[in-house]
Amino acid sequence: MSEITSKTIAQLRDGFRSGEFTAREIAESFNAAVAAAKALNAYTVETPEDALAAAYAADEARGSGDLPSLAGIPLGIKDLFATRGVDTTAGSNILKGFKPPYESTVTANLRKAGAGMLGKLNMDEFAMGSSNETSAYGPVISPWRRKGSNVGLTPGGSSGGSAAAVAADLAPGVTGTDTGGSIRQPAAFVGITGIKPTYGRCSRWGVVAFASSLDQAGPMAKTVRDCAILLEAMAGFDPKDSTSLDLPVPNWEAGLSSDLRGKRVGIPKEYRIDSVPAEINALWDRGIEWLKDAGATPVEISLPHTKYALPTYYIIAPAEASSNLARYDGVRYGLRESGCDGLDGMYKATREAGFGAEVKRRIMIGTYVLSAGFYDAYFTKAQKVRALIKQDFARAFEQCDVILTPTAPSAAFGIGETTDPLAMYLNDVFAVPASLAGLPAMSVPGGLDEQGLPLGLHLIGNELDEQTVLNAGLAIEERAGFTARPEKWW
Amino acid sequence: MSVSSEQVRHIAKLARIGMSDAEIDALVPELNNILGWVEQLAEVNTDGVEPLTAVIEQKLRLREDQITDGNIREAVLANAPEAQHGFFAVPKVIE
Repeated sequence: MSEITSKTIAQLRDGFRSGEFTAREIAESFNAAVAAAKALNAYTVETPEDALAAAYAADEARGSGDLPSLAGIPLGIKDLFATRGVDTTAGSNILKGFKPPYESTVTANLRKAGAGMLGKLNMDEFAMGSSNETSAYGPVISPWRRKGSNVGLTPGGSSGGSAAAVAADLAPGVTGTDTGGSIRQPAAFVGITGIKPTYGRCSRWGVVAFASSLDQAGPMAKTVRDCAILLEAMAGFDPKDSTSLDLPVPNWEAGLSSDLRGKRVGIPKEYRIDSVPAEINALWDRGIEWLKDAGATPVEISLPHTKYALPTYYIIAPAEASSNLARYDGVRYGLRESGCDGLDGMYKATREAGFGAEVKRRIMIGTYVLSAGFYDAYFTKAQKVRALIKQDFARAFEQCDVILTPTAPSAAFGIGETTDPLAMYLNDVFAVPASLAGLPAMSVPGGLDEQGLPLGLHLIGNELDEQTVLNAGLAIEERAGFTARPEKWW
Repeated sequence: MSVSSEQVRHIAKLARIGMSDAEIDALVPELNNILGWVEQLAEVNTDGVEPLTAVIEQKLRLREDQITDGNIREAVLANAPEAQHGFFAVPKVIE
C-alpha cells in the first residue's frame, strides 16, 4: 500500500477507476502517511475521517460511470482556506480556535469534484513569509536535506506545509495561495510543481485575506498534469468575489501538449542578476535549450522596471494587509485579551498577543504608508510603478508567448539562517513581478544543485493563458527528467 | 524620510497594536531599513502615469438588490469570544 502515496493524481484517478485499488485504500494510505510524519510539522489539523467519508462516497459511486473529476482523491488544504467546522487559523494565534460556519468557494469546488480533505496545512502567519518560520505552529521542516547533512531546511513559504506534504507523499495534491510567490518559491524548494493562475480565476471568497489585489489560490502537485486537473476543479466564476472572472474554465488537462512549435519564449535580460548562484543561471540556460528542443524559439525581451517590483510589492502588500487585518479586533472571532483600558485597551492587548513579529512589522509598514501625509509619496507612487510593471509585460507579450526565468534566487536555506527581513524579502525577486501584473505563473522542477537540493524553473504567461504556461511546463518536465525524491528520515 | 521612535509609537497607536518601549526601539531601525529600500521608487519617472486600479481589466458587476441570506444569528455569533443576549459583547464604552 505504501506505493499508493507516491503516485500522481492522474495515476490514482486511473487506478481507482479501473479497480486496481479502492478510494478507501487511497485515503487510508495517505491518512497513515500523514499520521507518521509529525516530525515535518506540515499539518496543523488532521482530518482522516473527512478523507475517508469522501472515499466511501467515491467507492459507492464507482461503476455509476458518472464520477466527478476528483472522485477518490484526498487533498491537503492550506490553513488559509475556510473549512466548515474545521479550525482555520491562517497560522496565527489571533485566529486560534476559529471554526468557520462556512466553506471557501475553492474548497467547496474541490468537494463538489469529489475530493476529500486530509487536513489543514501549516503556513507562514497570514501568508507573510518565505520560509514558514513565521507560523504560530512553528516552522515546517522540509523533507529534503543537503547531501551529508541533517540540518533542518525550510520548505519555503508561505505555502510551506503544502509543499512539504506533496514532496513527502503526505498528499497527492494540495491547495496553495500566492500573493508574491507563495506557491512558486516553495514548489521550487521541494522539487514539485505549482501554478498561480491569472488573478480572478480562483475565487478569493473564504480565503483569509492578506493583500486582496494580489492574493490568488492555485494547486501544487507532483506533475504539470496534476496541476491542470486540480486547477480545473478549483477555478470558476463566483458572484461572491467581486474580482472573480466571469469566464468559462478551460479544459486545461485536455489541452496539454508539449509541442511548442511556433511559440516564442521570452528571456528577460533584467533577470540575469550577478548575485544569483551560477548553477541557477546554468539551469536557466538548460531550460532555454529544453524549450528549443520542444520547438519554441527563444527571444530576448526587456522588462525594464523589474528592479522596482519588490519595493513596489513591499508598499502595496503591507498597505492592503494593514487594512485587511484591521478586522482582528477580539470582538467577532478568535483571540481576545482584556487589556486594562476599556475597548481600546482590549484591541491593543488582543493584537499585541495575537500577531507575530512579521505580521506586526507589515501592519506597521502598511499603516505608515497609508497615513496622512505619506499616502501619495508611497502608496500612489507604488500603484503608478505597478502600472508600469504591468505595461512592461504587455509590451513583452507582443514579442513572445511565454516567459522563462528561474523561480528563486537560491535553493532552500536552513531554518534560522535568514534573520534580516529585507534579505528574506529578496527570495521573491523573480516571483513578485508576475504577481503585481496578475499573470499566470508556474514553477516546475529543473534539477538539483551541488548540495543535492531541488531548483525550479519559472514560466510566466499572458493574462488568461494558463494553457501555454502549462504546456511549456510539460515540455520542461518531459526533458528535465526530474525523478529525485527526498530520502525518508521522518 | 526616516521614522523616529515617536513616529513608530504613533503608528502602533493607529494600528492598535500594544508595544513595549523595547519593541518600539527594535522596530525603528528595521522600519527605516525597509522604508529606505522602498524609497528607490522615487527614481522612477511616473509623470502622466495613472495609478493601477484593476489588476485584470474588468467591469464591476451589479447584482439584483435582493436579500439572499440571513437568520443565521447563531452561526454569526458562534465564534465570538463573548456573546450575550444575541449580541457581540465588548468592554463598556459609555460611562
